[in-house]
Amino acid sequence: MSATTNWTIPSVRAALAAKKISARELAKEFYGRIDGRNSELNTYLTLSPERAYAQADRVDAIIARGESLPPLAGVPIAIKDVISTEGIRTTCGSKILENYIPPYDATAVERLDKAGAVFLGKTNCDEFAMGGSNENSAYGPVRNPVAPDRVPGGSSGGSAAAVAAGLAVAALGTDTGGSIRQPGSFCGVPGLMPTYGRVSRYGLVAFASSLDKIGPLTTNVADAAAVLSAIAGHDENDSTSAPIPVANYAAEIAAPVKGLRIGVPEDYFGAGLDPEVRANVESGIALLEGLGCKRVPLRMPHTDYAIATYYILATAEASSNLARYDGVRYGLRVPGATLTEMYRQTRVRGFGAEVKCRIMLGTYALSAGYYDAYYLRAQRVRTLIGRDFHEAFEKVDAIVTPTAPTPAFHLGEKTSDPLTMYLADIYTVTGSLAGVPGISVPCDKTKAGLPVGMQVFGAHFREGLVLQIARALEQARGSAN
Amino acid sequence: MKISREDVLRVAELAHLGLSPEEVETYRNQLDRILSYIDKLNELDITNVEPMAQVTYTSTAETSSHPELREDVLRPCNVADPVLAAAPDAAKPFFRVPKVIDR
Repeated sequence: MSATTNWTIPSVRAALAAKKISARELAKEFYGRIDGRNSELNTYLTLSPERAYAQADRVDAIIARGESLPPLAGVPIAIKDVISTEGIRTTCGSKILENYIPPYDATAVERLDKAGAVFLGKTNCDEFAMGGSNENSAYGPVRNPVAPDRVPGGSSGGSAAAVAAGLAVAALGTDTGGSIRQPGSFCGVPGLMPTYGRVSRYGLVAFASSLDKIGPLTTNVADAAAVLSAIAGHDENDSTSAPIPVANYAAEIAAPVKGLRIGVPEDYFGAGLDPEVRANVESGIALLEGLGCKRVPLRMPHTDYAIATYYILATAEASSNLARYDGVRYGLRVPGATLTEMYRQTRVRGFGAEVKCRIMLGTYALSAGYYDAYYLRAQRVRTLIGRDFHEAFEKVDAIVTPTAPTPAFHLGEKTSDPLTMYLADIYTVTGSLAGVPGISVPCDKTKAGLPVGMQVFGAHFREGLVLQIARALEQARGSAN
Repeated sequence: MKISREDVLRVAELAHLGLSPEEVETYRNQLDRILSYIDKLNELDITNVEPMAQVTYTSTAETSSHPELREDVLRPCNVADPVLAAAPDAAKPFFRVPKVIDR
């Protein structure tokens, strides 16, 4: 690997404007980096140089004409492989979509394109975004660039690893139960889950429709704000996208955090939390207090029920959403003598083990005789978890917790039993169920050098505040080091 | 034991998954463990708690949202060719599947 510049969105912009590099040369530099490291890290499943260079040439033409640059002009971006990209293979990390080429762009992708971004390719992920380690990908696991014998987290493991390894300036991930925040924590980069409805889900291949969100992973918090600004906002193609104006995130993150009330729920600091993670997050809270934030102890009493709730609701929705993969309209078809046999063989061979486990669980929870006991009960508990957040935000401006109970674990460490893997989602699924925005921002490192993320939750549509606090921590850490 | 082999077979039938005998046993074990864990939801009193199917914004003071209904107008949607191009077996304007009449 050659010595590389740590590009950010503003530094790309400045270099292009000063004509120190062209957008095409920059894309080429990133493909060179990918060439050097992708066989080791397995971050990208598909590269899209044709589209990337066409986008780069468009930006270079704007520069040549002396016109003003769009906000993400020339920024090399990676896109998680569950998000549709016109003409670029989109596998969802599954064999069932191995050769699927979407005929359209997701709204978030279309907006990045309009903002001048350059799409390097599609990043590896757990199959249909189901997993917390990237080991459920049909195309092999991603390795954590910080510690290659460890997982990058999941399900947006490829996106987080690509950004952390300098193989993209920014990436889109998706977060259903922690899939942006947890890999952000494991790889040491900021990862933002926006409010449910802030970013259109049109073109996001559905896992659990009431929980799925698209958001950015970037090398720094200001870049996350810049990507969110580009992709957020109402979309007539997604009726759950909110018709609420998009805030000026760049302005909001610059405001001082002095006087903000930071809620620290003791329920997130109990048994199972790694002592080094606890110490790191505590030191992060102390830095925020040093900036004038007021620490407020909190109780969020339904936290302990969030995983059980999440794994009923998410799998129920998944069992319904994944019914579409039947070998008829797209993707894999395994021939069968009858239509039913074709469905059964296509699905059993096309889906991986974890996806089948979740389809089975969700189907069970929705089936006659179990619906009230599991699905309806979980929906009622979801209300209680939402109330925990609502009541907390009457007392505090933001909630600060660890993102994950441990740093990145070893490859293979949790693969033998799905439940063990699910329990690692304990701090992230709560906010997913409540639909509030949350970010994981690098806090510090363990003695072994593994990144630890701090999670910041805000009230619905307060992405600006969440980013502001994350930015303050990032800057305080920078000046402390 | 929360879930039997017969339960797994019934669910696999509903989900159109032609599981192998080994898979039936694997998923019986896994689902049994997961459902036992999920039993913790029974500890909570949920009387008079409304189910939450979708995130609603009315719970926060500063935001409100209503599902936006758009005008019901016809728009061209010429997607048959690219859609059929992705199909494993298409005969425009149809998707072709094994014969279903005899079933």
